[in-house]
Amino acid sequence: MKGVRFWGTRGSLPVSLTAPQLRERLVAALRGARGRDLASDAALAAYVDGLDFAVAGTFGGHTSCVEIETGEPGYVVCDLGSGVRPFGQAAFARHGPSAPQTYHVFVSHLHWDHIMGLPFFVPAYVPGNRIVVYGGHAELEAALRRQMEPPSFPVPFDIFKADFAFVRLAPGVRHEVAGMTVTTLLQRHAGDSYGYRFEKDGRTVVYTTDSEHTLGDAGAMQAFVDFFRGADLVVFDAMYSLADAISVKADWGHSSNVVGVELCQRAGAAHLVLFHHEPASGDAQIARLLDDTRRLEAITRAGAPLRVTAAYDGLDIAL
Amino acid sequence: MDIAHHAYADVVVVTPAGRLDHTNAGDFERALLPLLEPGGRATAGVVLDFAGVDYISSVGLRVLMIAGKTMRARNARIAVTGLQPIVAEIFAISRFNGVVEIFADVPAALAAISPAAAAARAAGAKDGGA
Repeated sequence: MKGVRFWGTRGSLPVSLTAPQLRERLVAALRGARGRDLASDAALAAYVDGLDFAVAGTFGGHTSCVEIETGEPGYVVCDLGSGVRPFGQAAFARHGPSAPQTYHVFVSHLHWDHIMGLPFFVPAYVPGNRIVVYGGHAELEAALRRQMEPPSFPVPFDIFKADFAFVRLAPGVRHEVAGMTVTTLLQRHAGDSYGYRFEKDGRTVVYTTDSEHTLGDAGAMQAFVDFFRGADLVVFDAMYSLADAISVKADWGHSSNVVGVELCQRAGAAHLVLFHHEPASGDAQIARLLDDTRRLEAITRAGAPLRVTAAYDGLDIAL
Repeated sequence: MDIAHHAYADVVVVTPAGRLDHTNAGDFERALLPLLEPGGRATAGVVLDFAGVDYISSVGLRVLMIAGKTMRARNARIAVTGLQPIVAEIFAISRFNGVVEIFADVPAALAAISPAAAAARAAGAKDGGA
């Protein structure tokens, strides 16, 4: 595996910056530029690169869609959130309509924010493309078709010209897909969700979103530790604070940065990526969450350091 | 797990020690919750003296959440005292500083929760007890 690219990182609902928010950032950036010598483009770029991410960037954006670059022909993506639209546009721009591709799509679950992007996935409209959708739910195909039925959408699923196939993956079984070994884990979420562990060339990526952890069940927690064991990268649902996740938002089906750090530390994982950001959180809040999480990792570290990143739309991580 | 505890009037002070993590949080829960049952001494509240606790994980914090719900359900209070700096940071990062009341030490917590308990502890301290 060569790397992981994030096309959609927001939980529940797409969000975007508003014009007043963008203006506020421009003012902050220009205020910081006072008195600096920014005559050259290089100086300007260096200045912008030195700004806080919550000023110069944004976490975004689209709902869940994460690409795994396997180094093999074809594409691998996790979930069909709204982020699959820019992913599909990029793939189409790269190959055009006359070079058929295979897309392996792993779906965590069938809630709207994880499938809403499919009707806008350009490669699905291109004859010759092959789209293989993997998941743990028996209703996988039906759910993708249903969201394109009237009165919810103007054109039906059958307008797609690509060749679709649906493959149900049983949890706990090692599947060989796209040159990778893929294992799934049933997760606690309304209607169930599935985590994915991808292994190839001695590298391991875990994609585990929309997953609430039952802290009082030692066996269930250990199952996640085993699932994360030795992973190079863990993409983790850190939507809520720990206090919220086990009180006012208990049974909402999500986890926290604290549990993410603990599970990764116990599993000896190398890199935790905070994912499925709360849509009500602004960039400054997510940046603070990242700072807090890095601090927690540092003060609780017993073994090798755990790298911590907050995912954002457009983030590339090399493996 | 044996956790030291002492009742002062209508407040129970519990004194866990060491690490509260996935290896012993179940024991902590089984030791703590019976002390909070109706009919026990903790009618006004419970104070957890964390001066000897050097780490608490999410599983340990979950026990505090359960204890807090138990106490608040009968209009009693729960407080934590003596947080070591790292444990205080864990409380802040997990947002648990809004879940339980936090005081510098046991006397401060007792004074806030129950003057009778504070007086009982002070009297016991003079006697060399507690």
